[in-house]
Amino acid sequence: MRHLMSPMDLSVEELDQLLDLANDIENNPKKYAHACDGKRLATLFYEPSTRTRLSFEAAMMNLGGTVLGFSSANSSSASKGESVSDTMRVTSCYADIAAMRHPKEGAPLVASMSSLIPVINAGDGGHQHPTQTLTDLLTIRSLKGRLDNITVGLCGDLKFGRTVHSLIEALVRYENVKFVLISPEELRVPSYIREEVLTNNNIEFMEVERLEDALPDLDILYMTRVQKERFFNEEDYVRMKDFYILDKQKMELAKEDMFILHPLPRVNEISVEVDKDPRAAYFQQAQYGVYVRMALILTLLEVEV
Amino acid sequence: MLNVGALNEGYVLDHIKAGYSITIYNDLQLGKLDCTVAIIKNARSKKMGKKDIIKVECPIEDLDLDILGFIDHNITVNIIKDGKIVAKKDLSLPKQVTNVIKCKNPRCITSIEQELDHIFVLSDEKNEVYRCKYCEQKYHSKKKSGNKLIDVRK
Repeated sequence: MRHLMSPMDLSVEELDQLLDLANDIENNPKKYAHACDGKRLATLFYEPSTRTRLSFEAAMMNLGGTVLGFSSANSSSASKGESVSDTMRVTSCYADIAAMRHPKEGAPLVASMSSLIPVINAGDGGHQHPTQTLTDLLTIRSLKGRLDNITVGLCGDLKFGRTVHSLIEALVRYENVKFVLISPEELRVPSYIREEVLTNNNIEFMEVERLEDALPDLDILYMTRVQKERFFNEEDYVRMKDFYILDKQKMELAKEDMFILHPLPRVNEISVEVDKDPRAAYFQQAQYGVYVRMALILTLLEVEV
Repeated sequence: MLNVGALNEGYVLDHIKAGYSITIYNDLQLGKLDCTVAIIKNARSKKMGKKDIIKVECPIEDLDLDILGFIDHNITVNIIKDGKIVAKKDLSLPKQVTNVIKCKNPRCITSIEQELDHIFVLSDEKNEVYRCKYCEQKYHSKKKSGNKLIDVRK
């Protein structure tokens, strides 16, 4: 029995197989419509997350399975003081597979240690969110046809954004991937990413402050939100916020075959006028999130279709 | 040279960095043992200039070599039987230490679930870096960066 705690739990070969399966699901949804008949997914969400929870539930339903669970710690026995380990051990009696989101880092790993069923980490604090990374990889591979030989721009809050860190770690395993890191000084990637992940792996990367400077070179632009509270002072925020808002005008600088990704929710960092641009792929990305979760559920349940 | 009586059976921890014997005495919880324990501070050493030595008169099985390796893997462990050194044990950095250091990350699951073991896994042997098994918080063994060894060994 396997669990998924981090995107790095999967080798490149396993990852390729999973993405192949997700693409087959995308192309032949009917073939998989009853693959999980009679199976149950438990969604154990100790903090609210509409998108991830709905995506998991949609994935299981698309496979013919059913779902049960809770969507906040208040509506679970955690409010009575039950440990994660006990909740998971009990859930093992009710379901065939579980997805857990928890505000504390490592909680899904603790759950997996007592679980009799596969556990998927659906986000643990600022630590890992592997299914988001799988979603990002599937989206890039589906749209560009490859995960190697690409230049990826990551824009916005690169310091606190765990999706950015995980995506970099996953992509450095492919050949000739270059990164352009676009952020204000205060929100640059942490030094362990710059040194241990990029420099140690001899990955080509550059750090810039303005989105316009990077746009012409990119194959993928991964946008994230820059929150006002992350800035040290109001002045810097006002000075810089427009650098990180993608609009129609800035999109004129981008390649015709560049795609824009965003883990969502989007606030104002991508102007709504960009939604109509064929290069805007963030809603497609949400759809790929369902396919990749379907593939993951099938893989962990060892269901062959 | 100060003369401390020879051991009949037990072990000698040699080449302890000068001044660290008391820390090691506490970390190994030698105070709880009901046997003879001798601490020698600032002994002359060709190799180190000055060193500390601890002599303990109890079976080697009672010594947690993992913890000792974690604290300082350069310490030499001599096992004594019938008053003679019968074996030397080499210490290495343990792959994992359980309930030896405490995770200081306030966002770690161990911060709210008290019964969980605090487990650190060796992630970079060269730089002696350990990471919390749950949240991957870094701990530099070399720096001994303020993470106190904890007294919750089971």
